[in-house]
Amino acid sequence: MYNDPHPAEVQVLTRRFRLPNSQSIETYLANEGYQGLQKALAMTPDQVIEEVKASGLRGRGGAGFPAGLKWSFVPRHSPKPKYIVVNADEGEPGTCKDRVLMEYDPHQLIEGVLIAARAVDAHQGWIYIRGEYRYLLDIMDRAIAEAYQRGYLGPNILGSGFDFDLYTHTGAGSYECGEESALLESLEGKRGIPRIRPPFPAVVGAFGSPTVLNNVETFCAAPTILLRGGHYFADLGSKKNGGTRLFCLSGHVNRPGVYELPMGFPLRRMIEEVGGGVPGGKKVKAVIPGGSSCPILKGDEIDIPMDFDSLAAAGSMLGSGGVVIIDEDTCMVKLAMRIMKFYQHESCGWCIPCREGTMWLKKVLVRFHDGHGAKSDIDLIGELAQNMLGRTFCPLGDAAALPTISIVKKFRHEFEEHLNGARCPYEEHARPR
Amino acid sequence: MTFSPELEARFTELLRRYPPGYQRGALIPMLLYAQDEVGYITDDLIAEVARRLSLTPLQVEEVVSYYTMLRRRPAGRHHIQICTNISCMLRGAEDLWDSARRRLSLTDKETTADGRFSLEEVECMGACSWAPALQVNYDFHHHMTPEKLDALLEKLKADHV
Repeated sequence: MYNDPHPAEVQVLTRRFRLPNSQSIETYLANEGYQGLQKALAMTPDQVIEEVKASGLRGRGGAGFPAGLKWSFVPRHSPKPKYIVVNADEGEPGTCKDRVLMEYDPHQLIEGVLIAARAVDAHQGWIYIRGEYRYLLDIMDRAIAEAYQRGYLGPNILGSGFDFDLYTHTGAGSYECGEESALLESLEGKRGIPRIRPPFPAVVGAFGSPTVLNNVETFCAAPTILLRGGHYFADLGSKKNGGTRLFCLSGHVNRPGVYELPMGFPLRRMIEEVGGGVPGGKKVKAVIPGGSSCPILKGDEIDIPMDFDSLAAAGSMLGSGGVVIIDEDTCMVKLAMRIMKFYQHESCGWCIPCREGTMWLKKVLVRFHDGHGAKSDIDLIGELAQNMLGRTFCPLGDAAALPTISIVKKFRHEFEEHLNGARCPYEEHARPR
Repeated sequence: MTFSPELEARFTELLRRYPPGYQRGALIPMLLYAQDEVGYITDDLIAEVARRLSLTPLQVEEVVSYYTMLRRRPAGRHHIQICTNISCMLRGAEDLWDSARRRLSLTDKETTADGRFSLEEVECMGACSWAPALQVNYDFHHHMTPEKLDALLEKLKADHV
């Protein structure tokens, strides 16, 4: 693993990561591998879905939608084939957990896919992996080949009469393809532009067929849920937030890394105890709790349990598990500008509020950071961002607007400090020469 | 246009992965794997992939233009991609980027005259907890510093293909 474990971790999905040859099917089989699948094959599809519902597992890609409920939306009787699609297009800035899940335990993902397939009676699936993760594509291809050899994929799996084929599929550089409907367009060989919903993928997804589409980490939870029971998983986390979560600590923290912690783990402890605090004993100015699209938390707002509902109640989001810690010497205007540059670059251009909004916001924020902002620009930023909210096919527009609105609201004084040609007051600290 | 037997085998296998009538699903993987071999997306390559998938060259070009990894011009043999998104920025990616530009005398998306190196500023590559990070072609390099970049460039310069 890339970082040392921490005693506060509850290693469930990551429990095999540090075993020798953790990628191999032998290691997997010797450590509870494919046992959840065996249980699922002995159960009815409805029982599998009920077990996942009981686990309180919520989508780990960021939206936090209950996974069991999502699976139950797939029509029982469909004249069309049903498909499973894994979203391994990890791209939300601050997030690097699906990478380790595939790198250190690829069979856990395959087993999770098989359990979902059993639950909805699907017989074919794809793992959509971002293009930059070529080495993971190779790891997954090797694991898939092993699973075929041992009879965990292909026809009549373990003599159950259940068939399933699984393939990898590479992306080629696009944040937008992490959005489910754009991902499906991309899987079909098109530009990654979002689809209007309804119909949702559960009804019309990949190749015009009902499709279960979840994040890597969501599928990876399924084997443990089946093996140890939904209630075991639910009890690991907090109320209505079952299980553990892979949190990716990055930014100004002494021990950055990916740590598996129970849902509801206090953010302050995550930063101070697990992450070892801020380098140089500096203060936390702000935290992005779950990837760059989440509204920012101020340093005095970090006494909060890290679960979907607590973050929503605080006006932010748990998002994708990317916890970015920002110290007191960081310029928030610059941070807002860099975030907006990203969203402007990644906007697919399909919806005008997002295409134009991100472009104008970038222009204003760059001008502001350069010291050429006008006082009225501060409100203009908020107004532009506000006008994007809810006016696009996919959440990228909101993802650009929400952090921007929160940064302007919570750090307005820093925008004012940049007025009248003033040099960025934080630049000296942020970039020592 | 001809490809290596390995790439042809890969194409054949790829086309089997998608449901009947949906072979277009293979388009993006085919383009990326072909680029790995050819170096960039040439007009001939677009025409050839279009022919194989019963698409028009325009349909293929419209896809190529969308994806940042698909390029219409050659890159260097060692394509240096430096992430400057927030997690990397907070750990010094701007200095890394400036240092790379100076060392290679290149700016964004430029290639050295000898075709050995190209440089690109990229968005989040999923290495946030090991920032700042860069990729040389598909290889990740974590916890980078300007000094480690210098050493890496020296190593790559000595590496004659």
